[in-house]
Amino acid sequence: MSFHPEMRYESGMHVSQRELRPDGEPFAFTPANRDRLEQIATHYPAEHRRSAVIPALYIVQEQQGYVSAPAIRHVAEVIGCTPAEVDDVVTYYAMFFRQPVGKYVVQVCRTLSCALRGAERVTAEISKTLGISVGETDPTGTFTLMEMECLGACDRAPVVMVNNEHWHECQAPEDAGRLLESLKASGEAALTGCHLEVERD
Amino acid sequence: MDPVLTSHVREPRGATLDAYVGRGGYEGLRKALGLAPAQVIDMVKASGLRGRGGAGFPTGMKWQFVPKDSPRPKYLCCNADESEPGTFKDHVLMERNPHLLFEGCLIGCYAIGAKVAYIYIRGEFSHVQRVLEAEIEAARAKGYLGKNIFGSGFDCEIYAHRGAGAYEAGEESALLESLEGKRAQPRLRPPFPAVVGLYGCPTAINNVETLCNVPLILTNGPEWFASLGPEKNGGPKLYCISGHVEKPGVYETSMHVTIRELIDKYGGGIRGGRTLKAVIPGGSSTPVILPDQIDAQASFDGLVKAGSMLGSAAIIVMDDTTCMVWLAENLMHFYRHESCGKCTPCREGTDWLLKILRRIERGEGTMRDIDLLADVASNIGGKTLCPFGDAAVAPVLSTIQHFRAEYEAHVREGRCTCPADWRAM
Ligand SMILES: Cc1cc2nc3c(=O)[nH]c(=O)nc-3n(C[C@H](O)[C@H](O)[C@H](O)COP(=O)(O)O)c2cc1C
Ligand code: FES
Repeated sequence: MSFHPEMRYESGMHVSQRELRPDGEPFAFTPANRDRLEQIATHYPAEHRRSAVIPALYIVQEQQGYVSAPAIRHVAEVIGCTPAEVDDVVTYYAMFFRQPVGKYVVQVCRTLSCALRGAERVTAEISKTLGISVGETDPTGTFTLMEMECLGACDRAPVVMVNNEHWHECQAPEDAGRLLESLKASGEAALTGCHLEVERD
Repeated sequence: MDPVLTSHVREPRGATLDAYVGRGGYEGLRKALGLAPAQVIDMVKASGLRGRGGAGFPTGMKWQFVPKDSPRPKYLCCNADESEPGTFKDHVLMERNPHLLFEGCLIGCYAIGAKVAYIYIRGEFSHVQRVLEAEIEAARAKGYLGKNIFGSGFDCEIYAHRGAGAYEAGEESALLESLEGKRAQPRLRPPFPAVVGLYGCPTAINNVETLCNVPLILTNGPEWFASLGPEKNGGPKLYCISGHVEKPGVYETSMHVTIRELIDKYGGGIRGGRTLKAVIPGGSSTPVILPDQIDAQASFDGLVKAGSMLGSAAIIVMDDTTCMVWLAENLMHFYRHESCGKCTPCREGTDWLLKILRRIERGEGTMRDIDLLADVASNIGGKTLCPFGDAAVAPVLSTIQHFRAEYEAHVREGRCTCPADWRAM
């Protein structure tokens, strides 16, 4: 069945990409993380604990770097829902990693306002420097290169985000290789941050 | 017009509770609590405030749709998802004037009879969440929220909830799903969220900028608010200007302003003195307009007249180096990536449109492909549960409408006819 008479389903069509991944290490929240989650869960009515699934998955990712199958089962148990319901969330949202990633996940915004100011070249430069394509991790496990869609910082284009959290504004394409070096040398301190946050005090 | 929403955003420590109270903050809430909830809604209605999230729906009317006598709890959700490409205004308000937003949330809760407000922030705004949570604590410590606010008997809590990277989470019913811990996919309507919303309870959903206007209406009066802009388009407005301009940024003015003034006066003109080719006036979901249309007023009604929409007031400016087929492909990549997958026309159609656009851009397309684009697009628009489908086809349809010759040149010459040095070619 297709919704348009001219539409053919060939290989490479946009079909389900669900795949079973290796199980990974057993997972349980540390007591401190479990307490944090319970604190967050108080924000929602007790019968709607499921609202805390996304916060719980963020804590998983903080604790072990990515979201594994055992972690999904653990979150389901702690929240009181099925693993399928948690998996549903993990597979939907762009910010959850379903496999181990590099120490620095470099996410380059590729949407229009950034692209108009050279984002494609930023990605190409990083890709060339690391010798990897978008979606890959370099052999040393230091960098994972990803593209992301509009970050909401289009006035500071092109923007890069690192590890889902740390912003880097106005990245000139020709200097993108140098950004990797400074990340390696000084970690997230190498990034500009969001100008609004930096200029706050 | 002098800024009112953003007048203090450049002040160091201007975001703190003390600074906010020092400039008369929370007086609107105090005033609201002295009125009946229905009177507050009447004031917002009289002001003519229209939603700043994209659709421009009257806020007072939206609040009035929330049933007064519901036995179930009610909720207010602030839409801080800010993910329409080109939009970057709400995080300025949240980072630099968070108490204005809280005051708006509290007044909104009081008006509709809610005791809890959730601020749904997009996943990538973790630094914004930190600011909001610290300032929520500060406000609670001083009794601006929590139990028995100002001794009025009104209790209200505000929580900041962060998503995890999904454009569709900004669509109001998908936002509710996401807040309930599910995939951000839209709900069939009716019932509308005002009646059956979060956890099945009556819910009002308002954008950050919308709620930030509410305290101003309470303190300065609805007439003041309406008088700031053209008829039915009152109040201050934040504009996000990005792309090929000298000074991209967030600018506040009234909706009397034209797109030309926004580009030239506020945005500093086209970068490097080049010429303008096209403008997306309200975020990527709104049709492009041409240089001969930029004298249009940048208001809800003004841009409809020009064949587009104000949307989230995200003005993306393209100079003459921009290929319009490339532009359509870039945005289709966005929509294909962000389609939530619930409705078949949108899920399959965006993927198919992207493939066709890619082949035309690479010089491998045929003339029939151009018609096929228009045909597939017309099978998506209006055929989905939420307006995402219409949004996704706007860039393709409007670029074909205005720049068909450019599409044809790609096919005829078998290459991109407008390559630019800022692209990776
Ligand atoms: C696909 C899609 C994405 C949206 N994204 C946002 C968003 O990021 N922020 C927002 O405030 N409204 C967004 N909206 C509009 C909301 O559905 C809703 O109209 C708005 O939050 C209502 O608030 P308002 O009346 O104050 O404008 C989006 C709509 C659609 C269809
Ligand atoms: S397009 Fe990159 S931040 Fe908006």
